[in-house]
Amino acid sequence: MKREKGQTKKNFLKGIIQENPLLVSILGTCPALATTKSLEAAIGMGILFTIVLLCSNVLISLLRKLIPDEIRTPAYIVIIATFVTMVKMFTNAFLPELYSTLGVFISLIVVNCIVLGRAEAYASKNGVFDSFIDALGMGVGYTLSLCLLAFFRELLGTGGFTFGQIFTFIPLTKLIIPGAEKFAISLFQTPAGAFIVFGIVLAVVAFIKNRKAELKAFEAKQAKLKAAEEAKAKLAAQQAQGGQQ
Amino acid sequence: MSTFISFILAIISSMLIDNVVLSRFYGICPFLGVSRKVKSSLGMGIAVVFVIILATCICWPIYTYVLVPAGIPFMDTVAYILVIASLVQLVGLFIKKYSPALYKTLGIYLPLITTNCAVLGVVQGNTDQGLTFLNALANGVGTSLGFLVVIVVFSCIRVRLESANTPKAFKGLPIALITAAIMAIAFMGLQGLFSGIKL
Repeated sequence: MKREKGQTKKNFLKGIIQENPLLVSILGTCPALATTKSLEAAIGMGILFTIVLLCSNVLISLLRKLIPDEIRTPAYIVIIATFVTMVKMFTNAFLPELYSTLGVFISLIVVNCIVLGRAEAYASKNGVFDSFIDALGMGVGYTLSLCLLAFFRELLGTGGFTFGQIFTFIPLTKLIIPGAEKFAISLFQTPAGAFIVFGIVLAVVAFIKNRKAELKAFEAKQAKLKAAEEAKAKLAAQQAQGGQQ
Repeated sequence: MSTFISFILAIISSMLIDNVVLSRFYGICPFLGVSRKVKSSLGMGIAVVFVIILATCICWPIYTYVLVPAGIPFMDTVAYILVIASLVQLVGLFIKKYSPALYKTLGIYLPLITTNCAVLGVVQGNTDQGLTFLNALANGVGTSLGFLVVIVVFSCIRVRLESANTPKAFKGLPIALITAAIMAIAFMGLQGLFSGIKL
């Protein structure tokens, strides 16, 4: 099969922008609200999620011709649950702080609609390499959008960022804007703050989408008007010719 | 008597104070997806209550009497998700056979529950925290009732929001999330409910 040039890049980028799982498709909202209290937790969640998505997408793509169509959903769920269990045990062994921070949300990757959604919509129909790239794009897109939410929540809630509490292999560093601690709004660290930040981010996304749609509609209208004018001019020219004859 | 009282208090605590949607963030997808109409949110809520209570009753014994004696407690997530998926199918078939009227209202929500993280979250949380069966049951009942209450109240607000004059960018989900935030703030007010009672 011949590959188009730039197709791989397009496949990777679509997960980050056009089909961003969290901000455009609005999937996987539970961990997005629960694990974005600090930037570090969001990065950890994003990495674990990406690993599970990569492994399950590749395996499902490899097995796509072997799994009968009728029982594909249970088969996918078992594959995903197995990888989640592996990731959970590795995290518990090597990064116990991350394990205790994320808690039950590591297990809940099993029922994350994005993983099953990609398996169903992409990996079951496409080759191994394409599925790998698709999973990578989706994983990075999800991680970036988690970081976006966590960025605002931690900055507004504590006045800065703290690293090294969860990833204990890096030294404990606090990047706090001088004097900002006094103005920290602790509401943003609570569940209510998560809803507010997510709502506003979604509104911004909707605003950008609306602007783009309006621009497109405007251009289409201009093109239509231009075409109508040209047709009119042509008709007038024809009539003028007819008059001369 | 005191067991009974603490059972009731545990139900109320996991229903209102530590609410499943607004403070533990389980089941946000159906909370946002199926709350456009009061009727459908009621159907979804009742189906969730049904499945969570049954799943708690089945998964706790499986963990304690099968997985732990067999030495494979790390297989819990795989076991739970299989139990939940087949349970949802079974409940669907059962309701279809014995109460077609109920199936008509609940039927379309049942497949959605398999990927509702509230069910897996409650079941997994029960065994992760090492709760006793009675406490696990109280957690299941309280959590699912909390989900029912919140999704019905939320859908009532959303029906009103449909006709409200919101900015164009906030239409739909964004304003719904802001509403959920205000509800979460309201539920934060219940946090001191049991501070005077000694268990």
